[in-house]
Amino acid sequence: MADEISPPTAVPEAGRLRQGRLADTGRYMRRNPSLAVGIVLLLILVLFVGIGHLAVDTSKARALSAPAMRAPSLQYPFGTDRQGRDLLAVMVAGTPLTLQIGFIAGLLGVGIGSILGFVSAYYRGKVDTIIRGIADIGLTVPGLLVLIIIAVSIKEGLTVNQMALIVASLAWLNPTRTIRAQVLSLRERAYVEVARLSGMSGPEIIFKELMPNLLPYLGATLVNAVSNAILASIGLEVLGLGPIDSPTLGMTLYWVNYNAALLNGWWWWWTAPIVIILIVFLGLFFLTVGLDEIANPKLRRAV
Amino acid sequence: MAKRFGVFLVIVWLAATLNFFLPRLSGMDPVRQKLLAQAQLGGYVQTGIEAMVKEYEQRFGLNKPLWRQYLNYLSDVSRLNFNYSIANYPRTVNEIIAEAIPWTVGLLGTTTLLSFSIGTFLGALLAWPRAPRWMRYLMPPLWALHAIPFFLCGLILMYLLAFQIKLLPMFGGYSAGAFPGLTVEFVGDVLKHAILPALSIVLVALGGWALAMRGMMVTTQGEDYVTFAEAKGLKSLTIFLRYCVRNAILPQTTALALALGQILSGAVLVEVIFGYPGVGTLLFLAIRENDHFLIQGIVFTVIVALGLATLILDAIYPLLDPRITYRRS
Repeated sequence: MADEISPPTAVPEAGRLRQGRLADTGRYMRRNPSLAVGIVLLLILVLFVGIGHLAVDTSKARALSAPAMRAPSLQYPFGTDRQGRDLLAVMVAGTPLTLQIGFIAGLLGVGIGSILGFVSAYYRGKVDTIIRGIADIGLTVPGLLVLIIIAVSIKEGLTVNQMALIVASLAWLNPTRTIRAQVLSLRERAYVEVARLSGMSGPEIIFKELMPNLLPYLGATLVNAVSNAILASIGLEVLGLGPIDSPTLGMTLYWVNYNAALLNGWWWWWTAPIVIILIVFLGLFFLTVGLDEIANPKLRRAV
Repeated sequence: MAKRFGVFLVIVWLAATLNFFLPRLSGMDPVRQKLLAQAQLGGYVQTGIEAMVKEYEQRFGLNKPLWRQYLNYLSDVSRLNFNYSIANYPRTVNEIIAEAIPWTVGLLGTTTLLSFSIGTFLGALLAWPRAPRWMRYLMPPLWALHAIPFFLCGLILMYLLAFQIKLLPMFGGYSAGAFPGLTVEFVGDVLKHAILPALSIVLVALGGWALAMRGMMVTTQGEDYVTFAEAKGLKSLTIFLRYCVRNAILPQTTALALALGQILSGAVLVEVIFGYPGVGTLLFLAIRENDHFLIQGIVFTVIVALGLATLILDAIYPLLDPRITYRRS
């Protein structure tokens, strides 16, 4: 991958210089292929769900709406599962649900995390000690296990949104820690000092001076948090602690495991969810790497 | 070091407290409900379950104030007494967990060591200008693998290596009917069953360590002392090993202590997928059967074990990096 990126050598021909922002973006993408790959993968997913919702009847995602255990055919392109769900409909209906869990939990996590991180790093002192202590201790505990205890306690009739809240309950730990570290280095910059001397208040400095400078970094943190939240939710679901009635990707894998689809050779049952989950994680991963590169130009490959 | 130990104690206390309060937050008492439901089912464990309901009510019953129940729970936990398993009544939670722990420790210990050392080594080579050219092509696959959850990699490997070409066993920790014991046959059988779960963890985890190490190596190679070493005319291998790797490896070990929790969370699912007889599968079964005592026991034990592992890593750290001591100057 490293040798594909030649340094931006010659200036492109004069005619191409003024082709507006689109060309600019295109050229930037070529320098930052991770970003392009991530966006393309996620676009594929959005297109699949979007077109799917127009073309496929998602009520077929419910059990007993199709004959059971059919291998892929023209009528059921992804096949059907043992409870008679049309797997194409399950994927079209389930992918957005899984993404929804990830986005709600990720947004809450980064929201809470940035508030705590900014406050902690900007004000220092006792507040900082407490927040940092909680985040550090929380991070050494394996998250999935705590989530399991929470989910087990309220197991009956979990909805997709409750699922997101459960995952969010730990999703703020990592953002708090990383954002705090970023703000710590940023607050020593001269322009923050100038703002302080010119009489800006703490919150004002945080929102007007620090926040804008960290936006790309916050973006990368958000994508990362979404990816972690999806991973955690799929983990809970595979263990049987998910929203039993919803056709999310993790629940589909739960049924795959429950019915030992692999042992029985029902390959189509797990191929579709695995491919989609792969696209989700790879897309989010490359997007994070791409955003990181925008946020931290020093990362631009030294080798 | 006293501070680290304090943090460890806080983690233990936190785990116990979460275990106690979270089930109560939902308003109902799932343990009691489960016990009563089991008692109504009847069957041969009937008398035992009734005794448990009584004991449970007596110990945690509503006739006592909450703080009293909490203190009782803490004292039980501090003596590692997690009660009986609800689903396997005459057996205690401790017995059941003790059976599963060697499997998980073996699997996790080996895979963490392997992925950490191979990954760090690969990462160092990837950043070394004199490494063979073909190594560069390793980067993209390592990257892509690194983004996948362990268990997904496991499912794919299982399908390819166990189902399609039947090279390795698919399921379990040893063949059904094998006689457990320290014989060559049995150990070989166990190792054969461990390959796929281990491979699915190592393949994914490798990339993370390699990427981090490569990043650190790139920074280290720009340091003045490396330039100085080059100017002195030291052998390039010496510079690579004693100057670059030696320094770049330090943040890696810190990261290891932080990553243990995540590795464990991922390994739980790998065990479930492969039906590996470790703590993860046990947890899965306990969740399926609503065995709350067992779930709480597992969660607590694992959190404490991980806390201990982190503590040990912290204690070893000064040996690797002479600049760090826990003594105050």
